[in-house]
Amino acid sequence: MLWRRLEDNNPFGRGWRSPFSELENMRRDMERLSDLMQRRSPFQAFRSGVFPALNLTEDKDNYYVRAELPGIANADLDIQMTGNGLSISGERKIPAEDGNVKYHRRERESGKFSRIINLPKDVDSEKVEAKLTDGLLTIKVPKAETAKPRQITVG
Amino acid sequence: MTDNQELQVKEKQEVQSPAEHTQSGAVFTPLVDIFESEKDIVLLADMPGVKSDDLNIDLRENTLTLAGDIAPFEGPDETDILIEYEVGKYYRQFTLSEVVDQSKIEAALNDGVLKLTLPKAEKAQPRKIEVKTG
Repeated sequence: MLWRRLEDNNPFGRGWRSPFSELENMRRDMERLSDLMQRRSPFQAFRSGVFPALNLTEDKDNYYVRAELPGIANADLDIQMTGNGLSISGERKIPAEDGNVKYHRRERESGKFSRIINLPKDVDSEKVEAKLTDGLLTIKVPKAETAKPRQITVG
Repeated sequence: MTDNQELQVKEKQEVQSPAEHTQSGAVFTPLVDIFESEKDIVLLADMPGVKSDDLNIDLRENTLTLAGDIAPFEGPDETDILIEYEVGKYYRQFTLSEVVDQSKIEAALNDGVLKLTLPKAEKAQPRKIEVKTG
């Protein structure tokens, strides 16, 4: 193993107390990074670049996958579960208006989408529930018995 | 717009306002389509998660204001694993150039999409005002 010399050759001027202090700094940097990722701010939100953007939360018994899908009919949405993978695909249709209307703004988009997300632990794919209300999709995926936290009592 | 196009993720835009908000929480700009025909102006706005009770539409002078509140929908014990979008209120203002017949405005909220139909007012009839003497 190659050891750095401690006293001289120190370009940054901070005293190196141990050869592992560099590792310690790296660990701290990583923590700062993951803190940034978890903060709920649009500028630090994690981006996958695939439509739709998903929020994944959990409680003791379930995972919840949520997406904003305004103007999408139930029939145009296809949700499948394979193992731990949850796939959401569908199409957003915006009916065409008469030819003689004039647009001031056109920001809403139509088109197809498909996305897959892997859930962190074993799930019970038989009991997945999905509902779409007010353009908000909520998928409730129960955790498998083995993935649920188990209370251990001290005897 | 073609049907075969793949949808792209759009970052939700936060409202940029010089005034400070008195309530906490993020406020976003809903995406809209606005088009007009000879008879009316139609506005379609994507406001996912807004219920009709929490939607405020206000037309004053020539300014149309849309404001939608979001009720919290997450369970109390849920913890975040992956957060890709923010949840917040919606707010947007428009200035209308045409005179709108306020009594005939129709609003419908379906699957998170607001459809607002604003009928154009019939051209105000010139009225002659008689000046009585005596």
